[in-house]
Amino acid sequence: MADTSAATARARVSASRAGEKSRTSWLTTQLEDERVLGYVLLVPAFLLIIVFIAYPFALGVWMALTDKVVGQPGSFVGLANFAKLLDSDIFRTAAWNTVFFTVVATAIKAALGMWLAVLLNRKFRLSRVTRAAVLLPFIVPTVLSTLVWLWMLDGTFSVFNWILRWLWDLELSVFGLVVKEDFGYIRGPNWLGDPAWAMGSIIMANVWRGLPFFAISFLAALQTVPTELYDAAEIDGASGWRKFWNVTLPMIKPVAIVVVVFSFVVTFADFQLVYVLTRGGPYNSTHLLATLAYQISMHAGNLGEGAATALFMVPLLFVVIVLQLTYLRRIGVD
Amino acid sequence: MSTSAFVGETYRKRLIVFYIPLFLFVFAMLFPFFWMLITSIKTDAELYNRRVSPFLVRDPTFEHWRMLFQDTLFLQWVWNTLWVAVVSTGISLFAGVLGGYALARLTFRGSTVFSIWIFITYLVPPALLFIPLTGVMSFFGLMDSRASLMFAYPTFLVPFCIWLLIGYFQTIPKELEECARIDGATRVQAMVKIVLPLAVPGILSAGIFAFTLSWNEFLYALVFLSSPENKTVPVGVTGELILGDVFFWGPLMAGALFGSVPVAIVYSFFVEHYVSGMTGAVKG
Repeated sequence: MADTSAATARARVSASRAGEKSRTSWLTTQLEDERVLGYVLLVPAFLLIIVFIAYPFALGVWMALTDKVVGQPGSFVGLANFAKLLDSDIFRTAAWNTVFFTVVATAIKAALGMWLAVLLNRKFRLSRVTRAAVLLPFIVPTVLSTLVWLWMLDGTFSVFNWILRWLWDLELSVFGLVVKEDFGYIRGPNWLGDPAWAMGSIIMANVWRGLPFFAISFLAALQTVPTELYDAAEIDGASGWRKFWNVTLPMIKPVAIVVVVFSFVVTFADFQLVYVLTRGGPYNSTHLLATLAYQISMHAGNLGEGAATALFMVPLLFVVIVLQLTYLRRIGVD
Repeated sequence: MSTSAFVGETYRKRLIVFYIPLFLFVFAMLFPFFWMLITSIKTDAELYNRRVSPFLVRDPTFEHWRMLFQDTLFLQWVWNTLWVAVVSTGISLFAGVLGGYALARLTFRGSTVFSIWIFITYLVPPALLFIPLTGVMSFFGLMDSRASLMFAYPTFLVPFCIWLLIGYFQTIPKELEECARIDGATRVQAMVKIVLPLAVPGILSAGIFAFTLSWNEFLYALVFLSSPENKTVPVGVTGELILGDVFFWGPLMAGALFGSVPVAIVYSFFVEHYVSGMTGAVKG
């Protein structure tokens, strides 16, 4: 009796071993096929993208068509949210701000970034340390570095205004030229509290943070330009400026365009800067689409309207990406 | 004499077109960090006195640092951020390495379409998805937990890692893999034993990027987390050190300083990888 049970157990073990072996080899053969292995390797990425990007995006589109508020199911309202937004002054200001902020900040970052890259491309002592130091604003958490901007632009204790006042006092004691007794801006602008200055202050902070990315990317591109081209231009008698316009710029154009597109998209959807510096104020004058969507959905609780606000980013993003990609293709053909 | 005049001329020119602009750039880039440090070690009396020069510290104090570490949950936030960053980087590298290898090396139906979709998701900003993602997270019961961020961060990290690694895998000669397969290795073995070890520098760059991106993320953390003890550093410092309209500038700047230090350390160890990764991402 005991013998037979031991024998069956042994048989079962060996049978299961054999099964295991054949299963492994079946899997191995299947994975030898590129078409199977390709799909298997993409499963984790695919699942993540479906569950946490594609489905939320579809859900967002659906929410934008409803009047959903926090804690209650919404009912279908068609395009009412979009119509309401297009009719609201705050939304139109935010949409305009988003375009203005993105275009101006990206243009400044590209111009200054190119300048800094050209400077960093020279040979000088401590060049590695300098490159590392210059990249620092891009590395640290944006929110934390924005807090120091909030402090430097403080209405009462702004260090910039302290310097302006110091210069003004210096002027008074040295030259004694009183232009106008209470020349408002000599006391310093109200950087974040005055609608006329607030957007400029936000752009300044954004440029500070984003400049290193441009500079280092452009620097990498500059280093791929063959020096023979410069030698040839020099023989032809080209000046420094001409060399930059006719040799450097055309050579790094493809990389420059990729960098600008990438930065454009990131700047466009910026949230943190405005959230920390002004919360969209004063008088809703500095809202971007992202911060307005946050305010409508998370503060006021109108999830449907908030989702609609966020969706207004899609056509603008789409236009930018398509324009730039066709441009890339065009210069690729040339 | 004419030579020395010439040298003097070029030096002056070099000063004007090179040293002064470069100094101004470096100064502007680093000044806010100096300001964080100097604010965090001043006494309140000095901080809020407009008559004295803000550039000098008369009476340095570490009181704000002590407050940050002892009276707030700062260390807990650092721990949360670290934990979230490590796990989401791990998930993203796992999915990114496998996906990047498949799209760079294997030919199968739909691989081009999938690459294009990866590129598009790479450009989808968190600001577009945070409202519906809140619904997804509460469906899974993950709201106000660190796990919500561990699943949310890979949404922007995975496309990024795949994109960066496709470029890296393409630089590894295909012949190496073919040799291994002639010697009897299976396709999976060739991938794991030959290609992945050679791709370590690229994987490391992707990992450093993913780590710093998750350390710095703000919007998802702001929306998903509500209990102070679950917050990450960016959300904790901005949310818990500002009470209503009262800003505690000393501890705030100390928090900004010490919240930046860990990424700065990671970065300083890997600065060369970081820069090459960045240029790789740009070229890819």
